[in-house]
Parts: sequence; C-alpha cells; structure tokens
Amino acid sequence: MTWITKPRMHHPTLGVNKVGYTRRDYEGRISTLCAGCGHDSISAAIIQACWELDIEPHRVAKLSGIGCSSKTPDYFLGASHGFNTVHGRMPSVLTGANLANRELLYLGVSGDGDSASIGLGQFANAMRRGVRMAYIVENNGVYGLTKGQFSATADRGSKSKKGVINSDNPIDLVGMALQLGATYVARGFSGDKEQLVPLIKGAIGHGGAAFIDVISPCVAFNNHSGSTKSYDYVRQHNEAVSRIDFMPERSEITTQYAPGSVVEVEQHDGSILRLRKLDEGYDITKRYEALSYMHEHHERGEVITGLLYLDPLALDLHAAMNTSHQPLNTLGPEALCPGAAALDKLNASLR
Amino acid sequence: MKRIESVNEFVIKFANVNGSGSASANELFAKAILRMGVPVSPRNIFPSNIQGLPTWYEVRVSERGWLGRRGGIDMMVAMNPQTWDADIAEIEPGGYLFYDSTRPVPASKFRDDVHTIGVPLTEISNTSYSDPRQRQLFKNIIYVGALSVLLGVDAAVFEKLFAEQYRGKEMLLQSNMKALQMGRDWVRSHLDVEVGLQVQRADNVGDRIFTDGNSAAALGCVYGGATVAAWYPITPSSSVAEAFQKYCDKFRVDPATGQKRFAIVQAEDELASIGMVVGAGWNGARAFTATSGPGISLMTEFIGLAYFAEIPVTLIDVQRGGPSTGMPTRTQQSDLLACAWASHGDTRHVLLLPEDPLECFEFSAQALDLADRLQTPIFVMTDLDIGMNQRLCRPFAWDDERAYDRGKVMTADELEAGRDFGRYKDVDGDGIPWRTLPGTHPTKGAYFTRGTTRDPYARYSERGPDYLYNMERLMRKFRTAADMVPAPALRQAEQPTTLGVIYFGSTSPAMDEAFEQLAAHGVHLDGLRLRAYPFPESVREFIDTHERVFVVEQNRDAQMRTLLIDAFDTDPAHLVKVLHYDGTPITARFISAAILDRLPASAARPGEAAATAAGPANKEAIA
Repeated sequence: MTWITKPRMHHPTLGVNKVGYTRRDYEGRISTLCAGCGHDSISAAIIQACWELDIEPHRVAKLSGIGCSSKTPDYFLGASHGFNTVHGRMPSVLTGANLANRELLYLGVSGDGDSASIGLGQFANAMRRGVRMAYIVENNGVYGLTKGQFSATADRGSKSKKGVINSDNPIDLVGMALQLGATYVARGFSGDKEQLVPLIKGAIGHGGAAFIDVISPCVAFNNHSGSTKSYDYVRQHNEAVSRIDFMPERSEITTQYAPGSVVEVEQHDGSILRLRKLDEGYDITKRYEALSYMHEHHERGEVITGLLYLDPLALDLHAAMNTSHQPLNTLGPEALCPGAAALDKLNASLR
Repeated sequence: MKRIESVNEFVIKFANVNGSGSASANELFAKAILRMGVPVSPRNIFPSNIQGLPTWYEVRVSERGWLGRRGGIDMMVAMNPQTWDADIAEIEPGGYLFYDSTRPVPASKFRDDVHTIGVPLTEISNTSYSDPRQRQLFKNIIYVGALSVLLGVDAAVFEKLFAEQYRGKEMLLQSNMKALQMGRDWVRSHLDVEVGLQVQRADNVGDRIFTDGNSAAALGCVYGGATVAAWYPITPSSSVAEAFQKYCDKFRVDPATGQKRFAIVQAEDELASIGMVVGAGWNGARAFTATSGPGISLMTEFIGLAYFAEIPVTLIDVQRGGPSTGMPTRTQQSDLLACAWASHGDTRHVLLLPEDPLECFEFSAQALDLADRLQTPIFVMTDLDIGMNQRLCRPFAWDDERAYDRGKVMTADELEAGRDFGRYKDVDGDGIPWRTLPGTHPTKGAYFTRGTTRDPYARYSERGPDYLYNMERLMRKFRTAADMVPAPALRQAEQPTTLGVIYFGSTSPAMDEAFEQLAAHGVHLDGLRLRAYPFPESVREFIDTHERVFVVEQNRDAQMRTLLIDAFDTDPAHLVKVLHYDGTPITARFISAAILDRLPASAARPGEAAATAAGPANKEAIA
C-alpha cells in the first residue's frame, strides 16, 4: 500500500515529549508488510520507546540487513538516517558507523535468517566486540520474503505451513549473545508491547552491546498450529522472568510493589533500570545462570521473556580502544595529518 | 675459467632458511651498498611458510639505477642445504658460489664453471658463541662481514648502520660489530681470492629513500586522514594494516589524554572488514581496508552496494598470484578485472596504479579524497613486488596547505536555508549527487540508504525510468572520474616512432630498462604509463597515434588490454599482448625479448640478436 501517502496531521491533544516531539514524529513510511505482521508491532514499540526516551529522531542511525525485518527501519523514525545493507552484514556496517561517530544512537534491526543463518558470524563478532547498539532480531523462524522456508531459529519438530517437520536443531541467539559477551540480553514478544517497550528503552540506554530477541510471528507463513513461533504458541508458553522500567534519571517509585520484588539498577551513565522480578530466584547479573535457566525452561517448551542478563556498568568498543571523545568523522587535517616536518624526519630515517 | 667481472652492476642472491634471522642481515647488506652511493633493489622470494623452510633474498646492485629484477644470478650465497642443487644451478657461468665450508661438501656438488668461495661460518660462530640462538644470528652477520671484504664494501658503512640501528643499545652494537669483524678478519687472513664483482663508492642514490610499498600506503592513509581501518590478515597485504597501526600509535595519539584519533579493527573476515569500512564511510569517516585477491572476491557484494548506494570506500589491493589461493607469496597484476568490474550487475570502479612506494603513499592519500569526492569505492592496485620489498624511490612529500576534499556533503545550514536535497539527483551535471551525514539536521536531509533502486530523492522505486536515470548518472560520474584520477605519464622515444607501449604499476622499473635495451637494438617506442582507470582521452590518443601498441602486464589474460579495448572499442589487433605471469617480477630481459619477438624482422637493426630471452625467469619459477 505504498501508494498511499501517510497523512502528516495529528490530533491536537497528542502529547509532546521533553524535546518537543509528538509520537507521530517518530513514525516512518507506511509499512509494506502483511497485515498483522509481528514486525509492525515492534516498529510501533520502537516508536513508543524513542518518544518516551525524549530522543531527537535525527540522533539515531538505524541499520538493517535484508529481509522482512530489515525493511522495517523505513517504517519508523523517518527523520533518522537509515541503511538497508546486505544480507546478514548489518553488524559490520553498524560497527563501522559507530566507530565513525560515537555520539549517535545505533539501532540494528535484523531477522532470524539475517542474523542466525547468513549473518551468524557477524552477529557473534559484534557481540564479542561490545559495539554499543540496540540489536533487535525480529524472530519468526521463517523466511517471509522468499515464501516460507525454515530459518535457523525454527525449533526442531516444528511444522512448516506446507507440513514439513524441521529436523535441524535451532540456533538460540539469546544463548549465543550471553556466551559471546553481550552485556544486555533480553527476549520479548511482539504481542506484548507493555513488556517490549521498556526492553527497547533499556537497550537504547545501555552502554554496551544490547541484544533483544523478539519473537515476532509471521502471519503469512508461520502462524499455524505446529509452529512454535505462532501467536497462539507464544501466548500459551510465554514465561516472563521480569518486567522492567527504564528511566534516564532517578525518579520516584509511584506504583506499589510487594516488598523486595523491585530492584533498581544504576547504569554506567546514571540512568536507572527498575526491575520487577517475576521469578524470585532469578538474578539478572549472573550470565551463566541465565543461560541454564533459559535452557531448562526451553526444554519444557516454555519461551522465557524479559530482561535475562544485564551488566549495568558495561562499556563499549570505543572505551576498549580509547578512541577520541570527539567523533572521528569530525576530525580534520589539523588533528589527523602529521605534516611535512614529520615526513622529512621519516624520510631521513629511510635512507 | 670465465670470470664475471663487474663493478657496481651485478646480482647476488642469498639462499636462506626462514626463521633463521637472515632477513635483517640481508637487509643490512643491501643498505650498506646503498650507503656506498650505489642503488640496489632487493626482492624477497618466500614460499608460504614461517619457519625452517627455504627463503631467498635477491639483491640487484646497479649503479646505473635499474631497479627492476634483472634475471640471472652472479653470486649465490648458499646457506640452505635443502635447496643447494637448484641454487647452484642458477649461477651464471663464470659466477661465484659463497658457502659455509664448516662441513665437507662432496666435489660432485659443485660446478666447475663457477668460482667457489668457502668460509667456515658455523665454525667461526660456534667458537665464539655458546648460545644456540646467538650462534645462528651472528652466523648471518659473519657472512655479511665476509662478503663485505670480498666485494669491497667499507667497514665504516656498517659501523654507521649499526650505530643507527642500535642507538642506546651499546651491547647489541658492540656484539654485532664484533661478529661482522670476525667475518672480515677470517677472509683477510685465510683467503686469497679476487672476486670480479666489486662495489665502489658512487653518488647515485641522492636523496632517495628506501622503503616498502605497504608501509608507504599505510603512511598515505595516515596523511590522507583515514580514521577507521578494518582488515583481515592476508598475505601480502597484512603489513599495510600493521604499519597503519604503527604510524597511528606514533602520530595520532593525543599526548595530553592518550586518546586515539583512529580506530583499527581486525575483523572476523573480509566481508566484515569491508562492511565496517562501508559503515564508516556512510557515516562520514575516512575509512579503508587492505587486502589481496581472495579478499576482494569475498568483498564483492559490499563493493556493489558501495557503488550503487554511493558510499566512499578506499581499498588497497596488494595483488598476488591467483586464481583461488593461487600463489600467495608471489606477485601478479591479476586482480584488474576483478576490481574494475567487481560485483554483480553493471558496475565500474576506479583503480589507481602506483609504480613504487612513493606512489603507494601519494595514491593512498589521494584515494581517500577521490572516494569522498566521487562517493564510490577507490582501489589502490599495488602488488607484492612493490608492497613487500624495499624499493628506492623519491622521498615522500606533503604540502601543509593541503586540505582534505570531503566532496559534496550538505551541511545543516544549507538544509536549513531550504536548499533542495535529492540524494541521488545530479544537480551539477557531473553525475555526483550531494549527500548528508547521519545526525545533520532534525527534520531535513535524512534518507534511507539501500542497494535497491530508488528515485533521485532516495525513495524506493522499481520504475524503469528511475532505474535508467540512476544508472546513466553513475556512468556520467565514472566519466567525471577519468579527469580526476592521476593522469598517465608519457615517455617519448628519442626518435619518432610508430610503436607504442602501455604499462603500469610494478612493471615500471623493468620497462625503463627495456626501453634502453630495445633502443640498442634499434627499436624505439613511445611509452605510456597508466596511473589509473578510468582512462582519460589522452590514452585513446596515444593508441590512435601509434600503429602498434604493446600492452605489458603481469597476468595471463591481458586484463588491462581488455579494459582498453572495452573503453575505446579499439581493434584488438592493434594492441599486442606482452604477458608475464609466472609469479616472479617481470624483467627487462623478458620485455625486450618479447617485443623483439613480436616485431617483423625488419624492425630491429639487422645483425643484432635479441636480448637474452625469458630463461632466467622461468628457471626461477622452477626453483
């Protein structure tokens, strides 16, 4: 439906955030995805999260690979620069962009084919390096644009629309992110916006590599019975371990919680993550416990969602490299070129 | 027995075992001759191994200044029993064999048409040193000392070199000098041979510098303002990134804060390294990667994206022998087509063709400007011969007034003033559109970059007219590039001629020498050294004004000739192939013989024989 121009007007009472934008200012073009696609709900959650965080849209760079999920950055943050790169290679492009200008916020959008199949290597290495970004995988277990082939995250034993049973083991991106050093790891469900928006806010505010695997049903090819990535399946098997709120600065707790069930975690830049634990024994700062917890529940057929692991003081690749605080793309010859005199000395040493 | 006699014009080859520390001793030898004012051009010949296997270092000494590989060996320093037979066979009749005579070698292992000089290097070394590593390392210095007496190189030159190399390390200086002296003393007191090959002081080096193309390219990237480098180790290009790291550590660290004005990532593969460069270029940083043929193959999808999405990218391709893994430690110019037309669909890329380390420096810095100006990938096509060997060249120069050309980047002020922004719109008639960088303006100038087609305002479109507009604009941009890239260098023959020769890159020094050899045969050629692709009109004129044009290149398929035919619709019969591709650097002897061979008999002056044919080069490949 791309021929329809989205009306720019909005309701006069629509709220304005601290930087003077309404939620509509965070929208993009009209989606070309199928009606009911989980990915559109994720786009809506990203819009909501950015509006609530008072981010100026042009301070975000949104990058994606190829596939249904990777088309979505056109459908949100229309005032941001976006880059639809090549299949499975968004992480490297985002890494380079991030190195060029550390002051922007980087949103990486990918899919299960893009990140777990063709792009597994780049996904893994971006996590290892701790590139500061919110990396969102819109995971539907299926190739949509090429009409219904299994992707590498499809569960063993799940059934395709054509009735084929998947005999391969799934790649668990959350488990990999945990093992490879991501410092903010979460899983969401596109059908649970209330949980997803704070997860995205937390990821954007995080100081290092933040990864969110969002189960996002494909209404066209993977929403039937026998699929483990359908709306019905995920709703029935969703086990949330936590609910979080993310605040750029400390604010008063206004809701009443049972004593001891709410933890506040201060991040590297002073922002606060308020965590409401749903499973009392779960400690989100323990990387390997998170891993085994998740696997145990997965074996029971449950889909664990929520914030699974957090290193609140995590830093990023720039910190590891000690790069200049001034963005590299703003430096000119005076800062970069050693000049003729240094060259003469160098010449002398080569004789 | 014949004796090769020559002052300041000969070739000496060292046959060593790699990992034995011979490289620094051999370099010392070459530098000592340079300090005598006599030009040298050394070449490393090293199979793809790290330790315990054969490696060679071939030094051409040439007061006349010929820096190409000559072919043929006048003296062999045979330090490796594994390759003895082949090494001995390579010596020209009347030449010299220098060997370690500590252990007896059967008479059958020698040649009776070669002069043999034995020095008990191991014995001398073992008598003075007990530590095995020291014995090994100083044995190398001892042979340099022995050779210096035989060839007439002054001891004072070494003293000075050691003093520079070991400044502040008195112990090392003394011990090296002592080892050198041991070699010198032994020869003086035990040998009474006269070697016909002699080095005499001259004044033919001038202010030239002695460096390798890879570190020169890295330095060019530092001077040219590259801040992001991403790479994956691959021979023969790895030392580009390593040298960039070294120079950045020296020149780009803020002394007050320790913060680095650069970011270098050793990526997981070439796909990631080019991806990072594309991301950084998109976001306004000058970025480059260095690789070789197999890396280019892996990068081609991204290169197509960068071409179509119009993103500045600089690639330094240090070419080696292909296809596939090919000959990783041998030289070729065989990535021309792979780079010029890299990626699927209709693509054209800019290639710069440096001839020596100086041009590696200049073209790498210029590539960063061109990439920004043209918003497209720029390839610096060097090769192993230039990249990994030290070569004498004019000193590096830089104008402190030189600014970086950042190309057409629209600013927030221009956007605010209401200037029309169409990311893929040709507003200036040169095919180059304007771009904006992410984060520039709150409401204006943002666009969605993609490899799919779009209209001039970057809106997704698969309409035929939009696609055609874009593809034709890209072609227009490519034509614009032809006048921005380094112009070809014309070398006119001493007398009018209908013959021309086109060459480029590392072929240059061999070609210079071939011009003289051919002139001695009465064959005069005008020369055109290409320095970039796309070609400006002057290349067409050169082809059109000569009856026959030889195209000399170091690959099997005449790739440059293909580019020329494609560019100008030239009659293929007009362009004569001269191809050298056995992995060794091309020689003047090869070029002269090949050109004489392809000329009608009447063209060369009667009674004069063709120069020595390609023999030595072929022999080399077998060794």
